[in-house]
Amino acid sequence: MKHKWNNRLPMFVMIGPAFLWMAIFVLAPLCYVVGISFLSKDSSGGVMFPLTLASYFSLWNESFLTIFSRSLLLSLQTTIICLAVGYPFAYVIANAPKKHRGLLLLLIMLPFWINSVIRIYGWNTLLRQEGVINSVLMSIGIISSPLEMLYTDGAVLLGMVYELLPFTILPLYASIEKLDRSLLEAASDLGATKPHIFTRVIFPLTMPGIFAGSIQTFIPSLGLFYISEMMGGGSTMYIGNLIKNQFLSARNWPLGAALSLLLILITLVLMKLYTKVGSLEDMA
Amino acid sequence: MGEPIIRLVNVVKCYHENQVVKKLNLDIQQGEFLTLLGPSGCGKTTTLRMIAGFESVTEGQIYLEGNNVADLKPNQRDVNTVFQNYALFPHMTVEDNIAFGLVEKRVKKSEIKQRVAEMIKMVQLEGMEKRMPAQMSGGQKQRVAIARALINNPRVLLLDEPLGALDLKLRKQMQSELKHLQKRLGITFVFVTHDQEEALTMSDRIAVMNGGVLEQIGTPREIYNRPETKFVADFIGESNVLDAYVTEVSEGGIHVKMEFGDAVLKAGGFVEEEMVYLCVRPENLKMTKEAVPNFNIYGTVKEHIFIGSVCKTVVELASGLEVKMTSPQTDELYAVGTRVNIYWREDQGVILHTKEEQLYNLIENTVQIEGGMHEA
Ligand SMILES: Nc1ncnc2c1ncn2[C@@H]1O[C@H](COP(=O)(O)OP(=O)(O)OP(=O)(O)O)[C@@H](O)[C@H]1O
Ligand SMILES: [Mg+2]
Repeated sequence: MKHKWNNRLPMFVMIGPAFLWMAIFVLAPLCYVVGISFLSKDSSGGVMFPLTLASYFSLWNESFLTIFSRSLLLSLQTTIICLAVGYPFAYVIANAPKKHRGLLLLLIMLPFWINSVIRIYGWNTLLRQEGVINSVLMSIGIISSPLEMLYTDGAVLLGMVYELLPFTILPLYASIEKLDRSLLEAASDLGATKPHIFTRVIFPLTMPGIFAGSIQTFIPSLGLFYISEMMGGGSTMYIGNLIKNQFLSARNWPLGAALSLLLILITLVLMKLYTKVGSLEDMA
Repeated sequence: MGEPIIRLVNVVKCYHENQVVKKLNLDIQQGEFLTLLGPSGCGKTTTLRMIAGFESVTEGQIYLEGNNVADLKPNQRDVNTVFQNYALFPHMTVEDNIAFGLVEKRVKKSEIKQRVAEMIKMVQLEGMEKRMPAQMSGGQKQRVAIARALINNPRVLLLDEPLGALDLKLRKQMQSELKHLQKRLGITFVFVTHDQEEALTMSDRIAVMNGGVLEQIGTPREIYNRPETKFVADFIGESNVLDAYVTEVSEGGIHVKMEFGDAVLKAGGFVEEEMVYLCVRPENLKMTKEAVPNFNIYGTVKEHIFIGSVCKTVVELASGLEVKMTSPQTDELYAVGTRVNIYWREDQGVILHTKEEQLYNLIENTVQIEGGMHEA
């Protein structure tokens, strides 16, 4: 018994700090949120007893459901566009000469070094009425009056895609790069044309990457709130904004907490799905 | 022999500055089992990949049934490949793997089904139709790979060390199965291996390559019994290679001198003062205590090594060079230390011209070394 503990001691020493970190900064806040979600809101914007399920029940409400489905739709659109745009990118990088791949990946990651609010603000200056695009187009006479680009749903979608594209590209890249080149040669040898090699071999074999890319795009896209505020003018409500509002302006913490937990639940389900597909993949 | 089904004319392949296939000329006949044999890195795979269309040809032409295939992609060539690592599609069942080529050709579903079933029967994989490649052993994957290629009725099947990953027993079994399959179907096989025994047992003809150059092409017997270059003599089986110098060419044959003796051999096409190699296989080399006409090569029996069916004897020649000979166990052996005369039946030894180039190198090197020594 004793020597068992001795064997494990190094393990505890190593994962101990990480465990402590997770406990303090992840587990504790999570418990706090769960706790709040069962409390009621008091008149001053704080929380009070008694314990109640009221916040959860109030989620079942037409306007919340509308916001929810709108958010899911936006995330879905974002994910699909990211996949469509990201796949060719990932493909080109994975097939570039080895010595160039690192650099190309770095270029994909480069924007992360700048705060994303600032980057989104950059789009703002490009798209707004008196922004760069409109003034250029007007000065060369293609349009006579400025196009309404900012504060539209399209602008929100653009911002989301821009923000999340690297999250899609990386897993796609990883799975395309893993692809055994001799399989492509075999397909070609057996008479497959380039499009068929893609549909019959490359695409199905990079399915895990496509799936991982989708999940890694979809999950963060649900929670992003500042993009819809900065690019959509906050006029259209999404889950992210809704949660933020519950905490900061409407001061209904229990409702905000319940909404957050709902979001976490969706994420967990998707993650579970993800690992399940991953383990199926290993078996094949 | 009719028109060759594959013809390589002065084919050169360079990777960057590096020439890995050098002016290769090769005719492959319809229906033959041709093996490309050579040490690792000699360009076998590269040659095969150029025929399949995976690699471009730097210089020269490749003809398939008389047509230049320079501009044809792999999917437009009537050849199929069995890859060394099998390259089975991991996301498809055995059945779907085998059907891949027919689906590409838009063959009717019912016909695909029937032909796949026939193929599966032929390679003895009945009952495994629905398995995924990951659930199969190396030998079974190999069969799938062969079936997947053969179902397209290719004019030529290219096989790159298809048996390399199998254990010895399975390997032997697959060797004979492949050979029978080839004879039965009458398809031309171009087979790559670096295993000489495999090459000797399976091939109709063997093309021996070395350093991107075709050294010799011929039947297994020709390659074994009448090697045309020192490399072939060395690479195929075991050989004793003796350096010799032609002192005299006369009616009776050529007189050669070695560091440790001399001999008179019947041979034509050699000139006086030429350097030659004498190549004799251990099983053809003999020894005796008596004098032998025309042979005057003496050595001392150094050791006998028992290796089962035969006994191997090492004889040390006067120069210190060791030659090996094998003799049936029943033969009486001379005691170690006996002074013997070695000889061989003239039709069992091969005399080769040394490549002049090599000779010049030798001379140059000697001069350089001497020059260097003087300076020092
Ligand atoms: N893509 C490549 N780029 C550069 N050099 C290459 C490439 N492919 C092969 N070579 C070189 O070409 C030479 C011939 O290679 P090849 O694969 O044809 O040899 P091989 O005879 O098939 O050897 P093995 O028996 O080991 O398979 C080798 O020296 C190899 O290093
Ligand atoms: Mg090879």
